[in-house]
Formats: sequence, C-alpha cells, structure tokens
Amino acid sequence: MLSIRNLKVSIKGKEILKGINLEVKAGEVHAIMGPNGTGKSTLAYVIAGREGYEVTEGEIIFKGRNILDLSAEERACEGLFLGFQYPVEIPGVSITNFLRTAINEQRKYKGLDPVPAVEFLAKMEEKKQLLELQEKLASRSVNEGFSGGEKKKNEIFQMAMLEPSLAILDETDSGLDIDALRIVATGVNKLRRPDNATIVITHYQRLLEYIIPDVVHVLFDGRIVKSGGKELALLLEEKGYEWIRSES
Amino acid sequence: MDQKRILISGKQKQNLIMEASIVSTIYDLKEYLSGVFADKQQEITRNDTHFVAAKRAKAFELFSKMGFPHAALEKWRGTDLSRALNHEYHALPEAPSPELDIDKIFKCDVPHFETLLVTQLNGWYADRNNLLQVYPNGMIIGSLAAAFSKYPDLVSAHYGNYADDNSEGLTALNTAMSQDGIFIYIPDNVTVEQNIQTVNITDFKQNLFLNTRNLVILGENSHLRLVQCDDSINHDVTFINSVTEVKIGRNSTLDHYKMQNKDDHTTLINSMYFHQDEGSTLSTNAISLNGGLIRNLSHVTMSGSHSSAEVYGLYLMDRYQHVDNQVFINHAAPDCESRELFKGVLDDHASGVFNGHIKVHRDAQRTNAFQTNKNILLSDKASIDTKPFLEIYADDVKCSHGATIGQLDAEALFYIRSRGISEANAKILLMYAFAADVINKISIPELRQRMDDMVKKRLRGELSQCEQCVLNCSTHEHSHVEFNIDLSKI
Repeated sequence: MLSIRNLKVSIKGKEILKGINLEVKAGEVHAIMGPNGTGKSTLAYVIAGREGYEVTEGEIIFKGRNILDLSAEERACEGLFLGFQYPVEIPGVSITNFLRTAINEQRKYKGLDPVPAVEFLAKMEEKKQLLELQEKLASRSVNEGFSGGEKKKNEIFQMAMLEPSLAILDETDSGLDIDALRIVATGVNKLRRPDNATIVITHYQRLLEYIIPDVVHVLFDGRIVKSGGKELALLLEEKGYEWIRSES
Repeated sequence: MDQKRILISGKQKQNLIMEASIVSTIYDLKEYLSGVFADKQQEITRNDTHFVAAKRAKAFELFSKMGFPHAALEKWRGTDLSRALNHEYHALPEAPSPELDIDKIFKCDVPHFETLLVTQLNGWYADRNNLLQVYPNGMIIGSLAAAFSKYPDLVSAHYGNYADDNSEGLTALNTAMSQDGIFIYIPDNVTVEQNIQTVNITDFKQNLFLNTRNLVILGENSHLRLVQCDDSINHDVTFINSVTEVKIGRNSTLDHYKMQNKDDHTTLINSMYFHQDEGSTLSTNAISLNGGLIRNLSHVTMSGSHSSAEVYGLYLMDRYQHVDNQVFINHAAPDCESRELFKGVLDDHASGVFNGHIKVHRDAQRTNAFQTNKNILLSDKASIDTKPFLEIYADDVKCSHGATIGQLDAEALFYIRSRGISEANAKILLMYAFAADVINKISIPELRQRMDDMVKKRLRGELSQCEQCVLNCSTHEHSHVEFNIDLSKI
C-alpha cells in the first residue's frame, strides 16, 4: 500500500525528517507516536502533498507509484486521505455540497460519471449514522462554528464518504471528550477493510485503546527510532518519551 | 477632542504630472456641460417648479466652483476619473416615446422574484403614458420630474435636503442637470408587501453622460424593500452620475439593494443619501459584480435617536476594473447603531478603494458603530486602498474598525485540495466562502438565491467570458459554459 524509503524533508533549509522508512500493507493499522515537534505532522503533510516542503531525498511509493510529483488533489484521487489536526472552516459551503464536489472530482479523475443524487444521499445517511452525526450537521457549512469534537467527527465522516485506500489521521483524538473519542474510534474501526489501511498519528496511548494498531512506531527527532506491536504504546505510556530519549 | 485617523494601507498616487493632464481634460468636459446648461436651459428646466429651478441654479454655481473631482481631493485620491472624463458625451438624452414597449426592453428573469418593476430608460421614467401611479394604499411611484409639479409640498420638504451639493461636485452637477428619475412615496403606516425593483437601462447610440436623480420618501411606521439594478444595452461609453435621496421616517424600515453589473465601458457614480428619523432601520447592500469604474457613496445621516443602519457591500473585480466604496455614517443622535461590512475580491489589474468614515457627534452618546473591510487580492497587480476614519466627539461610544488585505488562505486551499478538488475549484470555493457572509445579509430569499448564483457565475468567470451581455438579468439565455465543478446548489 504505502512504502516510504529514506525520506528526508526540509522546511526553509531546516531538516525535519531525517530518513523515514515505513511500510504499510493493506488491512493494517499503524500508529505513529512521539513527542511534540518531532515531525509527525510534517510526515502527514508530506504524504498528503502539501506545498512548502522540500523533499531532499527518498521516495513515497503509494500503490506502486511514486507520488512525490503528484499534487495534493491527485493524491486524494489516487486514494489518500488526511484527517486534519485542525480542520479548516469554510463558511457558506455546506458539507453536503463540499463532499459531492469532492466525490465527483475524484470520480472524474477515474473517468466515472458524477454520482447519482439518490445514491449520494443514501450514502450520506448511512455514514451519518455510523458517526452518530446530528441530522442538521450535513447542511451546515464545513466546520463553521463546530466544536472541536464536531470537527473531528466531520473529518471521519468525510473519510467515510470518500472511502480512501489509505487514511492518515493526524491527532484526531486531540480535543475529544471520551464519548466523542469512542464514536470516532468506532467509526474508524467500522471503516476498516482488508483493502484499506490507516495511519493514526497520536500523542497519547488513549486512542489506541479504541483503535487497536497492528504496528506502533515511535517518531523521534525526524526518525522512526522504534517499531513494535501494540504493547509498545503501553510501554510508552508507562515510561514516557524520556525512555526513548535515553534509549536513542 | 477624541479624533482618530488611521491609515491602514495606502497607495498614494500623487503624480503631479498626471494631475496636470487631468485638470486639462476635466476642464473640457466641464466647459462643454456648462455650455449645455446655458444653451439648453429651457429643455433642462421644462418640468421645474420655482423651488427646483432655484436648486438647479445654486447647484450649478457650486459645480462651476468645484468642477469634477480630482486626485488632489482626499475622498477621490484613490479613484481617477480622468480617463472617464476624457470622452465627448451627449448629456441630455430625449425622454422615451410614449409608444415604447417597456416589456420589450427589460424583463427580469429572477425566478419567483415578485417585484413591482419600475423601469428607467436613459434616466427617464419609462412609462410615459402613466407618469405617476397612485396605489390603493396611498403609495406613489413614478417620474420625479412629474412629481415636481404634482406633489410640490412633498418635493420641497425633501428634494435637495439630503444630497451634498456643497462638497461633492458630481452631486451638484446632478442637481443642476438631472432631467428625471424615480419618485417613490410611501405614506405613514404602510408596509409594502411587494419588492419594488427599479431598473435603470442605458440604451443610446452615442456616448452618454447621464445625470439621473431619484427621490424616495418613507413616512412613519412604514416598510419598504427596494432593489435598484443597473443595466446597459449599448456598448458605447457611458458615464452615469446617479444621485438618490432617501428619507426614512420615524420607526420605518428600508431594505435596500444595489445590483451593479455593467460593462467595462461604463463609469457608474452612484451616490445614495439616506436620512434617518428616530427609531428607523436601514439596511443597504451594494453588490458590484462588474463595471469599468464604479463608485458607491453611502451617506447615512442618523438624525433621530434609536435608529440603526447596516451598510454592506461586496465587490468582485478583475481586468482593469475599479471599484470605490465610500461610506459616511453621520451619527447625529444618541442611542443609534451602525454596522458596516464590505468584502471584495480583486484580480488581474483591478483596483479598489474603501473609505469608511464614521462621525459621532458630541450629543450622540451611547453610539455603537462597527466597521469591517476585508479584501482578497488574487494577483500582485491588483490593489486596494482601504481607510477607516473614525471621528468621535462623544465620550460614551463603542466603535470598532478593522481592515484586512490578504491572499487566499493556503491552509484552507490545501484542506480542500486534499479532498480531491482541483486547485482552481478550491480557489472558487474559498472566494465564494469569503463572499458568502455578505450575500447572506440579503433578506429577500429569491434575491439572495439569485445573487448567490450570480456571484458563483462571476467567480467561475462565466460573466467575464460572455461577450454579448454582461448583465444576465436582462438576457434569458447565454452561452452555456462547461465547468467541472457543480456549485449550483451550494
């Protein structure tokens, strides 16, 4: 699914990622953990195609293709999805139409006709229930006036609607109360399929009680310094990041 | 004295060589119009009462002294009229023939938009067979020139009382030379159920300099929704100098909209003078979608306490278009509130000016006055000159102002693109989102829907691409352009 090899990334000449290697296979859930400022969000942005980062070395192979030359929208059309840590408000544009536009552009990329209205609305209904969304939410402007929890639910809702092959969830658990966390995690779990994969970027072990990862990576100072099973997350929780610092 | 003067951003165009050339070209047109004023006295004053004729003479003197506005005047620093004035114009178009079929020249195609349509052709009230219509509720709509003699008391109580002939040269010129315009009178205690829509069409075979003058009077406890549209059929050079005086009586409410979608050969000077009595409510919204040069003046005087004024504007300009919004809120009475929100997107070489002047008089205690101007510049050649100007003499006031100039938010663009939406369409979405809060202020649902559609079309570039007609209000079909984004129901 995703294969990152020796990825080095700088921002304005400062090296942030110093040689990342990561293999994610279809059906897997990976968790990337690490303290603030170690490059977790940078990694997510670089995979998703945000401009302003200089990839100095390495490659990102997604479904057999190096995607570094693709724009953000092309990567999305190829099946990548980024759940934002801070989702952006778009006043005046309803979620329904935002998603319809996105789905139709992705379909167009694949040479498909626009989604029929009935089919689209039925899917909206189904996914709204999955995330226990309020009836009115879909007609509201994208993220405008949403609470922190609503914004994160809306990210997962978009993921559910867009059905990506690989979803990267950047700090989706931050700012969530326990109920919202449960709903978000349940949503992610229900969307798991043998042919898709998820990368969960998180600070705390808490989310991983709900979304059980196959692999946990610890990102520290621009490198993945440790990888292991789900028990690694527990160890981190217990010993703190200082333990990694002393180990590395 | 608590006087604040804040210059947020300025592109000072103090080019002396240019000014010299401006003066010489202005002088020509001024001289020509002065000649017309002297030679065609009979034609100009044909419908005048003594009262109106006296106003004309006085106004002409003022115009002679002031002349056309130029860059050395503080309020005109950002708007250069020299090119617009450097044409030969015809200044006194004939009144339309009584045989004119009004339905043929204009039909509004806004769906489900029930309006009482009032048509002007080249400034003249178009229905020459019925110059003043009196409705069962006492409302009067018709020709201002006809109202001069038919309703002299109403006219003399208001006409020329609110317009500022003393400091605005173009307003003085209008008072001196205007031949006709729309007269609307709403008596006390009348809520006008229908929207009244005035459409000013210019259709003339030569370059036209038009002074059109409107007078709107709301009595006490009345309610009116007024939509003013500007339309052009001809493609000759047109200079429209329009002045509208509006009296809003005690406890009355006016919802007012200006829809501007002119071709690039048109200069539109639109001066609105609102005068508010106690407890009155004004909401005015100027939406400028296209136009060679547009200047909107919203001059609001709150002379009675407990009044409120909402002044909104949206402008979407590209190519070499220029838009200038001047707002003067004159808080002359206590316990009033004013809110201004102006937003604009400027592309290519387009330029814009926003000048928001709030004056709070010494006695206008407990005034609330808020002002916001936000701009997006899409190219490095586009420019905006925005200046809030608060002049406060009372001590118990709440005032705020803010101006922003920026580009589209990079984070938001990335967010939208990360969902698979192309960069071009992501930009349209963001511009639409930016414009939406002004559009949402439109309280007439059908009009809001239509403006919404027109703004989307404008953002997609459809109106710009349409060569036959820039204003879609008057055409039923225009060439269909395929876009890969469906924004039709956003």
